Amino acid sequence: MSSEAQVVSDDIQGAPVAVPETKSMSIIVTKGSLDWAYPPFILATTAAAMGLPVTMFFTFYGLPLLLKKLDLQLTAAGNPAMKMPMMGAHMGLPNLLTAVPGVDAACTKMMKNLMNKKGIASIEDLREMALDADVRMIACQMTMDLFEYDTKDMIDGPELGGAATYIECATKSDINLFI
Amino acid sequence: MADHTLDAKGLNCPLPILKARKALKDVGPGETLEILSTDPGSVADFEAFCRQTGNELLESTNDDSEYRFLIRRPAA
Repeated sequence: MSSEAQVVSDDIQGAPVAVPETKSMSIIVTKGSLDWAYPPFILATTAAAMGLPVTMFFTFYGLPLLLKKLDLQLTAAGNPAMKMPMMGAHMGLPNLLTAVPGVDAACTKMMKNLMNKKGIASIEDLREMALDADVRMIACQMTMDLFEYDTKDMIDGPELGGAATYIECATKSDINLFI
Repeated sequence: MADHTLDAKGLNCPLPILKARKALKDVGPGETLEILSTDPGSVADFEAFCRQTGNELLESTNDDSEYRFLIRRPAA
């Protein structure tokens, strides 16, 4: 590796900024519940803010995160670590109770209220910021076919691609995450 | 005094960093940006952000539960 600082183009007033080394990152996004949607978008936006070129590959249950209209839900079923702060304690839900109609909706509402109160961005906002920061987004073509999604229902920006498109990107990335 | 100020109070990770990045676009080379935050995680995050992006973290102070960072964009 050359010790000479690489110069990457930057959008700060169009001026190049010298950084010691330019790294890049890719993320495979496989989950589309409210809680699991956060890590990929938080990391993608932050990496982009730190000057890394970022690619997100949306596949299986991650693909619906590209829909224009998001209605993200979460479930406490099978998630014993999900405990909400309540009146000074932490409350979880027994699996059986999570099957009661309305309980997941209530959990989702509680989580969204909590996030709002704590100044946490919505997924819609993070996604918008990712697009503004030129994060490259690839929608998995196979998943589009499998679950019968239509590009007209999806946001503008993402391109279509498959495993080879992702692998080509991954071979050039310094950080490859599967979330 | 800082040349620019960003109030990121009440915002949680990663918003202070994302807003700072956006605010830096209006900061000229050699100029400074002051960021106010209430997120304790932003202390470590602004150090990492500055190391990675080549901006200089001139000050990082803490008063009660409020954090203040002073960042300087490198001269052109």
